[in-house]
Amino acid sequence: MGGKSETPLIVKGKRLDGRKFDELRPIKIEAGTLNRADGSCYLEWGNNKVLAAVYGPRELHPKHRQDNTRAVLRCRYNMAPFSVSDRKRPGPDRRSTEISKVIREALERVVFLNYFPTSGIDLFMEILQADAGTRCAALTAGAVALADAGIPMRNLVASCAAGKVDDTIVLDLMQDEDNFGQGDMPLGYIPPKDEIVLLQMDGDFTKEEFEKAKGYAIEGCKKVYELQKAALKSKYKG
Amino acid sequence: MNIDRELKRHFVGRLIENGRRIDGRGFDDIRETSIETNVIDTKAEGSARVKLGNTDVLCGIKVLAGTPYPDRPESGVMMTGAELVPIASPNFEMGRPGEDAIELARVVDRSIRESQMIDLDKLVIEPKEKVWMVSIDLHVLNHDGNLLDACNLAAISALNTTWMPKFEEEQVVREKSGDLPINKLPISFTFAKIGSGIVLDPILDEEFAMDARFTVGTSGKELHAMQKGGSGAFKPDEISGMVDKAMAKYKDVKKLIK
Repeated sequence: MGGKSETPLIVKGKRLDGRKFDELRPIKIEAGTLNRADGSCYLEWGNNKVLAAVYGPRELHPKHRQDNTRAVLRCRYNMAPFSVSDRKRPGPDRRSTEISKVIREALERVVFLNYFPTSGIDLFMEILQADAGTRCAALTAGAVALADAGIPMRNLVASCAAGKVDDTIVLDLMQDEDNFGQGDMPLGYIPPKDEIVLLQMDGDFTKEEFEKAKGYAIEGCKKVYELQKAALKSKYKG
Repeated sequence: MNIDRELKRHFVGRLIENGRRIDGRGFDDIRETSIETNVIDTKAEGSARVKLGNTDVLCGIKVLAGTPYPDRPESGVMMTGAELVPIASPNFEMGRPGEDAIELARVVDRSIRESQMIDLDKLVIEPKEKVWMVSIDLHVLNHDGNLLDACNLAAISALNTTWMPKFEEEQVVREKSGDLPINKLPISFTFAKIGSGIVLDPILDEEFAMDARFTVGTSGKELHAMQKGGSGAFKPDEISGMVDKAMAKYKDVKKLIK
């Protein structure tokens, strides 16, 4: 972010990959792809490939982390070393620690944690291939995996980003737009409730640009939400 | 369950419902703020101590020479760290920075980086080989809520008074050659949502009671950073309202910075 693009990112009103300004990349969601996990989801979003798995509710260790009023939701966003152009050093870094935290805070809104005192619910999100927008992809997949695990939830959380490239607000930045763009704003949203549960922003937006980006991202989340529901229905319809 | 905290939570929540705050402030009032610069006067190139009510943080800036990042060979480097040292709160523990400290450092970093507050292109000693590296380190001394805004103020005040050392015969000489090149002053504003009320600059008791938190980093006309925290949610209109308030408050807070 903040880098200047040598070549234009928008040519004749079209983006590098031919998308319209408010168009999402192709998204494929599949629920229940891992056999050992209590719930899982495989998601492809443009060139992003994400796998999410849920274990629990189960006994939480270490014991001092237990909460006798509710379950503890633990989320781990992790990038595979081969998921990016330069090899990513394995293990948690500051970026993934922060992303894990904001994803957890988004999902705590929808999971009925009070149903399972003293236990832990673990959500692991592995980024197998990254192409910008991985936290949105991970949160989207994570919500489906939780539902697939049969965890009682108030709703699903859908997620999608909007950003600014070549002074234009666009939906769902891909890698080059993210690298050479002027701003990115990931958003997590519960469409039936009209609630924002994740919001981050970096870059350079005016108030008007911010409002437009927020509108785009919310509309994007609504589309993602339909795909999440369709993925769960197609697994359980028989 | 922490009984004391639960009781406070209910108390603070009930007050907010009635349009009042525990310390008597209006919903959009910031606590009394004091900024003292150059407090670490012989060893740090820049420093500031900020008191936001009883919240007390210290920021020190070190300027050292190093190698640039391969993808930005002709730019200086900035990095931000935060430590929630155990002297600041009974809830802070010894050891490596946890997720709260990491988030704090990254959100403070985001406003400064994205607004291009520091003119990193002017921090090149020898292109591709040697550049200045600016380290922003935050030390929380007393935690009474809203560490994000206190740390942001400390960081920008410290950077604003940072001097540049000399580089002579392949060595850093700690003699002033000028000031750190500064473009803008990005200021952050943090709001807490408690029930249906939204208050600016929450104190610790309000943070215990809050459902969600939202931070906006702005340089007046532009927005540079945002971060939602906590397990609650915001309506889209509430977000817009907080962004408007932050932009409107910018001038008032900017006056405090020397």
